[in-house]
Amino acid sequence: MSGAFTKSMARNIFYGGTVFFFLLFLALSFDTHSQLPKRDMRANITPQVAMGKKLWEEYNCIGCHTLMGEGAYFAPELGNVVVRYGEEGVKAFIKARPKEGIPGRRSMPQFNFTDEQLDAIAAFLKHVNSINDANWPPNDQG
Amino acid sequence: MQFKSQAVAKPYFIAAIGLFVGQILFGLILGLQYVIGDFLFPAIPFNVARMVHTNLLIVWLLFGFMGGAYYMIPEESETELFSPKLALAMFWIFLVAGALTIVGYLTVPYATLAHMTGNNIVETMGREFLEQPLITKVGIVIVALAFLFNITMTVLKGKKTSISTVLLIGLWGLAVFFLFAFYNPVNVVLDKFFWWWTVHLWVEGVWELILGAFLAFVLIKTTGVDREVIEKWLYVIVTLTLISGIIGTGHHYFWIGTPEYWQWWGSIFSALEPIPFFGMTVFAFNMVNRRRREHPNKAAVLWALGTGVMAFLGAGVWGFLHTLAPVNYYTHGTQITAAHGHMAFYGAYAMVNLMMISYAMPILRGRAANSNKSQVLEMWSFWLMTVSIVFITLFLTAAGILQVWLQRASDAPLPFMVAQDKIALFYWMREWTGVVFLIGLLMYIASFFVGGEEKEAA
Repeated sequence: MSGAFTKSMARNIFYGGTVFFFLLFLALSFDTHSQLPKRDMRANITPQVAMGKKLWEEYNCIGCHTLMGEGAYFAPELGNVVVRYGEEGVKAFIKARPKEGIPGRRSMPQFNFTDEQLDAIAAFLKHVNSINDANWPPNDQG
Repeated sequence: MQFKSQAVAKPYFIAAIGLFVGQILFGLILGLQYVIGDFLFPAIPFNVARMVHTNLLIVWLLFGFMGGAYYMIPEESETELFSPKLALAMFWIFLVAGALTIVGYLTVPYATLAHMTGNNIVETMGREFLEQPLITKVGIVIVALAFLFNITMTVLKGKKTSISTVLLIGLWGLAVFFLFAFYNPVNVVLDKFFWWWTVHLWVEGVWELILGAFLAFVLIKTTGVDREVIEKWLYVIVTLTLISGIIGTGHHYFWIGTPEYWQWWGSIFSALEPIPFFGMTVFAFNMVNRRRREHPNKAAVLWALGTGVMAFLGAGVWGFLHTLAPVNYYTHGTQITAAHGHMAFYGAYAMVNLMMISYAMPILRGRAANSNKSQVLEMWSFWLMTVSIVFITLFLTAAGILQVWLQRASDAPLPFMVAQDKIALFYWMREWTGVVFLIGLLMYIASFFVGGEEKEAA
C-alpha cells in the first residue's frame, strides 16, 4: 500500500462500504419477505404444525438430524422424511425406538410421545416437506 | 503490565482454557459415537454431547474475547479499566451460568430442562448453537451489556485508537446480533432466515472484526511496526470482511425456502469471503517480516502467523470449496460442512484467542515472555494441535466427498446410514487424530507450568 492511500481513506471506505452493503442486505431481505408467503406455505401452519415445531425444538432433534440441510450430520435429513417413510412410517419409527438403544448402532432415544404429540411431529415434518426449497435435497435419500 | 486493571483478564483466560479442554473431551465422545453408535447411550446421547461440545466452544471463545478486550483496551486507551470490580463480578456470573447450563444439559432431559427454565414463556430453545435455556440467554445479554459498558466507558475516558474502534464495533455487533436468538417465529423458514443473523453475522461478520483487532494489537506489540501502517491494514481487511460477509449470508439462503436469487447473491459474495482472510495472512507475514524489534515471546508471534494461515485455509479455502450454489446443492449438510466448521473455528477463533493468551499471560504473570523451555513446549503444542486439525479436516473432507457420492450424486443413491457405514474408516482416523489434538492441548497447558530462566518484564 503506497503512501497516497492513507488510513483515513481506508477508514472512510470501511464505514461507507459497510453501511452500503448492510442496506443492500436489508433491501434484499425485505424483498425476500414479500416473496416468502408463496414459498413457505404459511397458510398451512395449523396449531398442530406449531405444536410439532415446538416438540421438534424441545426434544432437540436438530442435535442429531438436519432439517433442510441444517443441523447435525449424525442422523438422516428429515425435511423430506415423509417422502421416504410416509407420515405413518415416521410415527411408527419414533415409537419403536428401544429404550436402551441398539447395540453398536447409532440409536435414537425413546421419547415416550403420546399419539397427539406424534401426530403433531408428523404434521410439522409434512409441512416442512411442502416448503418450496429450490428442489433440495437432490434425491429422496436426503 | 502497564495498567493494574489489565489483571482482570487473567481469570477469563484461565476459564477459557479450562472450557476448551471440556470442548475437546466431548469432541472425542462425539467422534467415538460416530463409529460406536451406542457409546454412552442412553446416558449421554449424541445430541446432548454435541450441545456441550458446541456450547463450550462458544462460551470459551467469548471468555477469550472478553479477557482479550479487558487486557487490550486499557493499553490502547492508556487508562485504567472503567471498573475492574464489574469485570470480575461478570466473570463469576458468566462462569456459574455457563457451568449450570452444561450441568443442566448433562443431568436433565432437554425437554424437561426447557419446561423448567421458561421455554413456555418465550420459545428460544432447540435451535442449533442457540440451545441455551432462556435464563442463560438473558444472562448472556446481561454479561455482554455490562462488559460492553465497561469497555466502552474505558475507551471514552481514554485515547481512541482505530484498533479499539474496530474492536468495539465487533463487540457491539456481537451483542446486537445475539438478540435474534430471542426471535423464534413458528414459521420455520423465517426462523431459519433470522437464526443466521446471529450465527452467520457473528462468525463471518463481526467476530472477524474482533479477530482483526486482536491480531493488529499483538502485531504492533511484537513487531514494533508503525501503528499507522497496521491500522490501515486493519481497516482494509475489515472493509473486505463486511463487504463480502454481509451479503455472503446469502450462501445460507439457497435451500431453506428463500427465493432462488439468493443462489446468485450468496455464491458471488461468499466467493469473495476468502479475500479478507488472505489479507490477514499477508498482513501477519508482512508485518513480522518488517519487524523493527525481536520480541522475546516467539510463541505469540507463531500463533499470530498461525491464525493468519489457518483462518485463510479453514474459513477461506474450505468455505469456498462448497459455497457455490451448484456445488452446495450436493454438499449441503454433509461432512464437508463439518470439515469446514472444524478448521475455520480453530484457525480463526481458537487460534486468535490462544495468540492473545500467549502474548498477554506472561505479562500478567510479571514477565515479558516465558522461558525458552516453556516456549518450546508451547510451540510443540501449536504444531500438534494445528497439524491435527488439518488432518481432522482432511479426513472429514474425504468422508464428505464419499458421502456426497454415495448418498447424493450416484445413480443409485444409498440411504444415509448405509452410506455412513461405508465411510467409517475416515471417522476412525478422525477420532485418532482427535486424540493427538488432545495431547497437544495438554502440552499447551503443561507449558504454563514449565519454569526456567524468564525474561524480565519490559
